[in-house]
Amino acid sequence: MSDAAAVEGKQGATVVPEMMSWDTRTRRVVTIYVPLACFVFILLFPFYWMAITAFKPNNELYNMRDYNPLWISSPTLDHIHHLLFNTAYPSWLLTTMMIAVASTFLSLFAATLAAYAIQRLRFRGSQYVGLAIYLAYLVPPSILFIPLAAMVFKLGLFDSPFALILTYPTFLIPFCTWLLIGYFKSIPYELEECALIDGATRLQILTKITLPLATPGLISAGIFSFTLSWNEFIYALAFIQSSEKKTVPVAILTELVTGDVYQWGALMAGSLLGSLPVAIFYSFFVDYYVSSLTGAVKE
Amino acid sequence: MDATASAIAWTRERAQPWWLVRLFDWKPFLIFACMLPAVGLLMVFLTYPLGLGIWLAFTDATIGRDGRWVGLENFIWLAEDPIFWSSVFYSVFYTAVATVGKFGLGLWLALLLNNHIPFKSLLRAIVLLPWIVPTVLSAIAFWWIYDAQFSVISWFVVDVLGLRDTYFDFLGSTWPARWSLIAANIWRGIPFVAITLLAGLQTISPSLYEAALLDGSTGWQRFRYITFPLLLPILAIVMTFSIIFTFTDFQLVYAITRGGPVNSTHLMATLAFQRGIPGGQLAEGAAIAVAMVPFLVFATLFSYFALARRKWQQGESND
Repeated sequence: MSDAAAVEGKQGATVVPEMMSWDTRTRRVVTIYVPLACFVFILLFPFYWMAITAFKPNNELYNMRDYNPLWISSPTLDHIHHLLFNTAYPSWLLTTMMIAVASTFLSLFAATLAAYAIQRLRFRGSQYVGLAIYLAYLVPPSILFIPLAAMVFKLGLFDSPFALILTYPTFLIPFCTWLLIGYFKSIPYELEECALIDGATRLQILTKITLPLATPGLISAGIFSFTLSWNEFIYALAFIQSSEKKTVPVAILTELVTGDVYQWGALMAGSLLGSLPVAIFYSFFVDYYVSSLTGAVKE
Repeated sequence: MDATASAIAWTRERAQPWWLVRLFDWKPFLIFACMLPAVGLLMVFLTYPLGLGIWLAFTDATIGRDGRWVGLENFIWLAEDPIFWSSVFYSVFYTAVATVGKFGLGLWLALLLNNHIPFKSLLRAIVLLPWIVPTVLSAIAFWWIYDAQFSVISWFVVDVLGLRDTYFDFLGSTWPARWSLIAANIWRGIPFVAITLLAGLQTISPSLYEAALLDGSTGWQRFRYITFPLLLPILAIVMTFSIIFTFTDFQLVYAITRGGPVNSTHLMATLAFQRGIPGGQLAEGAAIAVAMVPFLVFATLFSYFALARRKWQQGESND
């Protein structure tokens, strides 16, 4: 946006002869639209390839001389049928969904209260608690999964969805708290003061004033948490063993890859179906998503 | 109507304050109650495991058996392990190259998206897709793209363009496999960098560019002396995040090569997993994970100082 004014200013300054304006237009195509088209092509190509493989019959898939690999001559639903009826794919989807929803609600609950306390109740040292929670976000799962695996064994949670529901909040809470602190900051404090004067209790203020006003923030924190838990891999790989309890990303990689012959059609169909829920979910809320992503970084 | 109803409810609660209501209105208790779920969960499942991980690194624990203290034995053993050193080298190399690639291309994409172009919000939505989709699933797509026999890249280069006679062997030998993984990581990292930097670009006031134009600046000068310095704080934060999560990356490597061929593409995280969980040597895995900590501390300190320097972090606009 900001650059638009600058670009217009530049055109205004150089637009005197007719040739020049044509020149800037071609220049604009070469410097902006061509690179942009390349970026979009490269960023989207793997998805196109994934989708086209999922609907391609095997004889076309493994014969690139007679068939153009970039297109399908006779699309088939065999791979998806195989996935849905010959494997435990529906139950993987269900497990993933359940775990993602449960850990999202758990983290939203904890993060809302914590963000409210840090931003609105303003106790001594609250900014240090905020900083500590921010630092918790920087602890990557890759260094936590080994001790967590030891803990999960000790607590008897191994191979149970609760192992994941309880560990996912370790990376969801810091993120949500951080996002919600920023959001609560944007709600005028005067509203709460008015309610205090009218004799509302703190909890009434939270449930009747702050939370309704913070709904967009809660929605974006919820979307983030859902996609992050849907995409999580390393904990699900380490803590779940039995086939039917696995989450989609882990199950596709460990259950569909059998022996030396990879069933690429089924693998791609599984990846496509596993990506769809987050992609659809995301497309509904893309504006919330982008604004909270950038807002969280700015805040 | 509504007002009277709430007024009645209000008086009723006022008339007989329940002890629980009074307790929750007492600020110290309320703060405690509000912080309890978050702090409790983080303490039990984040702080404690962090400490436990460091303790495990100095023991000989295996899965299902508590270890006893063995001092630095795990680390001495690792120091003589060429696979460990190769994973350290590849982790650093992977992080360095992928970060440079992601930020170069991401900044370019952000600058492109910052122009006045049609379908801007649609483009932004499309660009974010690689970041939304589960990494493992897009990694599987890359695995298929890098297939030795049916790679679409090989098909394009060999059969369409005719530039080579043989198909690429992307994942079969050390260096091609390493570069292939880095390319996949860059592909996945571009959207996040581009979208966050775009947000940073949009906060730069257009009047600065106008003033520079009046002074007769070139496009490069405007980028070098206006865009880049004003983008630096947000760049520092995004870069810290990116470095930390690239260095500890696990999914991409595990999904595409599982550390092969001949352990040459192991990152420290995948090596820790391989030794710790399927191999059962929890202590050795923990030692590898602990060896990652110094790098992460370095990146975090970098982040902290970049954050502390800037007032806009607290929501004030000072520059």
